[in-house]
Amino acid sequence: AWASYMTNSPTLIVMIGLPARGKTYMSKKLTRYLNWIGVPTKVFNLGVYRREAVKSYKSYDFFRHDNKEAMEIRKRCALVALEDVKSYLLEECGQIAVRSSVLKTVLHQGSSKLPGAFRNLIWGWGLKVFFVESVCDDPEVIAANILEVKVSSPDYPERHRENVMDDFLKRIECYKVTYQPLDPDASDKDLSFIKVINVGQRFLVNRVQDYIQSKIVYYLMNIHVQPRTIYLCRHGESEYNLLGKIGGDSGLSPRGKQFSQALKKFIEEQEIVDLKVWTSQLKRTIQTAESLGVLYEQWKILNEIDAGVCEEMTYAEIEAKYPDEFAMRDQEKYLYRYPGGESYQDLVQRLEPVIMELERQGNVLVISHQAVMRCLLAYFLDKSADELPYLRCPLHTILKLTPVAYGCKVETITLNVEAVNTHRDKPSLNSHGLPSRQSPVRMRRNSFTPRASADTVKRPRHHSLGSKPLHLLGPLPSLE
Amino acid sequence: PAARELTQNPLQKTWEPYDNGLPAGHSAQRGVCMTNCPTLIVMVGLPARGKTYISKKLTRYLNWIGVPTKEFNVGQYRRDLVKKYKSFEFFLPDNEEGLKIRKQCALAALNDVRKYLSEENGHVAVFDATNTTRERRETIYKFGEENGYKTFFVESVCVDPEVIAANIVQVKLGSPDYVDCSNDEATEDFMKRIECYKNSYETLDETLDKDLSYIKIMDVGRSYLVNRVMDHIQSRIVYYLMNIHVTPRSIYLCRHGESELNLKGRIGGDPGLSVRGKEFAKSLAQFINEQNIKDLKVWTSQMKRTIQTAEALGVPYEQWKVLNEIDAGVCEEMTYEEIQENYPLEFALRDQDKYRYRYPKGESYEDLVQRLEPVIMELERQENVLVICHQAVMRCLLAYFLDKPAEQLPYLKCPLHTVLKLTPVAYG
Repeated sequence: AWASYMTNSPTLIVMIGLPARGKTYMSKKLTRYLNWIGVPTKVFNLGVYRREAVKSYKSYDFFRHDNKEAMEIRKRCALVALEDVKSYLLEECGQIAVRSSVLKTVLHQGSSKLPGAFRNLIWGWGLKVFFVESVCDDPEVIAANILEVKVSSPDYPERHRENVMDDFLKRIECYKVTYQPLDPDASDKDLSFIKVINVGQRFLVNRVQDYIQSKIVYYLMNIHVQPRTIYLCRHGESEYNLLGKIGGDSGLSPRGKQFSQALKKFIEEQEIVDLKVWTSQLKRTIQTAESLGVLYEQWKILNEIDAGVCEEMTYAEIEAKYPDEFAMRDQEKYLYRYPGGESYQDLVQRLEPVIMELERQGNVLVISHQAVMRCLLAYFLDKSADELPYLRCPLHTILKLTPVAYGCKVETITLNVEAVNTHRDKPSLNSHGLPSRQSPVRMRRNSFTPRASADTVKRPRHHSLGSKPLHLLGPLPSLE
Repeated sequence: PAARELTQNPLQKTWEPYDNGLPAGHSAQRGVCMTNCPTLIVMVGLPARGKTYISKKLTRYLNWIGVPTKEFNVGQYRRDLVKKYKSFEFFLPDNEEGLKIRKQCALAALNDVRKYLSEENGHVAVFDATNTTRERRETIYKFGEENGYKTFFVESVCVDPEVIAANIVQVKLGSPDYVDCSNDEATEDFMKRIECYKNSYETLDETLDKDLSYIKIMDVGRSYLVNRVMDHIQSRIVYYLMNIHVTPRSIYLCRHGESELNLKGRIGGDPGLSVRGKEFAKSLAQFINEQNIKDLKVWTSQMKRTIQTAEALGVPYEQWKVLNEIDAGVCEEMTYEEIQENYPLEFALRDQDKYRYRYPKGESYEDLVQRLEPVIMELERQENVLVICHQAVMRCLLAYFLDKPAEQLPYLKCPLHTVLKLTPVAYG
């Protein structure tokens, strides 16, 4: 067990490995995942700092280990990056910093400033450090990496592809001279790390300290790089959609059934290999899947957001009956929880196993609901909590997501079957005369914030409508 | 062809397609693992490395999350066959008769595995034996292939003599093998038993076994080597094994203090504590103080009554929405009499299959278990924890720790104002 001063300490994830081993790919993906589940995370890529410092990259000579001038520049960049990391974690309330493209040699160069800096991190700043090393000896994988991401790097603006490959391979050779992989049996046995070998074929995990490191390990063990496509769409238009009612468990309208047929045709035309189809446990998604005539799986956790007391009402009815709730939702749509229901934030937590399984799978079609689809889309497209509840996910539209380089390509396919529009934009601010910084959610529904326990992800703290917030006068409440 | 009609299962409220009035097979409920082929987990390791501990724990976990799992302990087969254990000499590598009997037991166990996975609808079988030679593992692997099982090895490697000694004291001294021996005699014999295996022990090797799927656990979880995880269930197993630990600790489970709705006999809702409930909260604070628990974590749900209870303790606590009481849907805040009057069919269905029954627009115990899985995972990671929750929730958590099956779970006794203190001991 760690000493008590480590409680609530932020985490620094350090990526290690030779170039073209997928460090930046993993950093970005991991950062996207952590931010989505609500852990503020940021990537600090040394390559970016280096490109800032050295305006124009000439050749792999920069990376030769005996190039003293270059080494100085690189060390300075690392220090600047460390300062930024410090300010993010300690001053800007970030939880996790992912530091990409640092080689392990840096830690062990006795005379360099950097090991001292690292030691400061661990002891002085109260940070936990977790290493993620990517080791790969498969030349095909390495070549593919170089082609996919390095050829379009800012370092190689106009070069011929072969020159790029050549220069980059020589760059790798420069690093190999001094590269020391993490050694769990000797020098590194007290460090916390995961070693990812050959793109996830094998993993070595050492000394996982806490909950967040355990989740990081689980995530890294479930992702893969095989090409595949994810299709996201909503159920066909439902009877309740036509009536403008939210929630409920209604069946498809005639146009919704038309959409299902069109979806079937579309899927057949795509000729997807081994497509898995997932639905929620609500009738409208299942009816949509039924038309496809293929095997599908029902997930309860793909059900639409629970609108609690507002279920099966129209927005007009909600505004009339619960005007304060209605206003609050527009002010802070991500955090807002329906009385007796859920918030988008709750949805994200609920959907995490879906995301994890999507990462494991190959080609998948997910037939879900508006709020659910927004959450899934925000994960794939790295959208913030502010943008998430306003992402456009209209009925009868399919989003085709294909992983590419460090992100995701999106293709929108409308199947030309008319449907009602269920999207509500964020109304203009100050519609209730409140200063823009002051949110009624925080004013009226802020639960007390007890001191959090150590080493756990902070949970949302809202209580349902009808209960008065508890008044804390001291450690023990008065017991009338 | 028109899409099939859907009918709603009255018990679980799930929509199922049907053809000519009969349920059709095209839709599958998302269970935990949609593996089409069963999984055979093979334990590997010298004696006293925690194999049986891991097998039993893993089996308990998988059954709780809804994956039918059974463990097959070859040592038990040996004890059934060879009525009286004499000494470690039975395990000497050149003891022909011993080897014959041990092979026979292994085969008998494998046969039962086959029956369980191929005939009795089991999904996972845990084959608990030393399996320390590559030859033995190959035999088992071939067996798996022939029967269409996916094989996953779990090896436990430990060289720390203190850990091994502690294991022997915890579980070997009380074994039926040593019922007539003194502790010292038993320990001496067992150490010699371990020696019998050491010479022929072939640990899973990164090169030689690179095509197998396995996890190698080193030094009781200090580090892990994971190779070729094939599917969802193996990934879940790896995650679970990487989160469990053996540090002694206690888990305290209790419900919130009596609530205002409890007094009225109404279920659900989000009421505050009654007068007696507040008294309980005070007593709980006193009890916790007296227990003098090191680094106690306190968890509550996000419902007022558990939070009020925790507030009385005067210590930091963590609120989990997933610890909220089961959602009774349209029956929220009704009394059982009112439910019976207004929804007689629902009332009857619930008594028929309380585990799977889902309240209309609400949840079932089965849903609760899925929702509580992250709590269990985090409880495994933690040490001393007090969980202040609700009746149905507490039943689910208790069923996990006490290995109670789904049929018994909804009837476990979890009265108000009662604290259950759980301490891991031996295999339970």
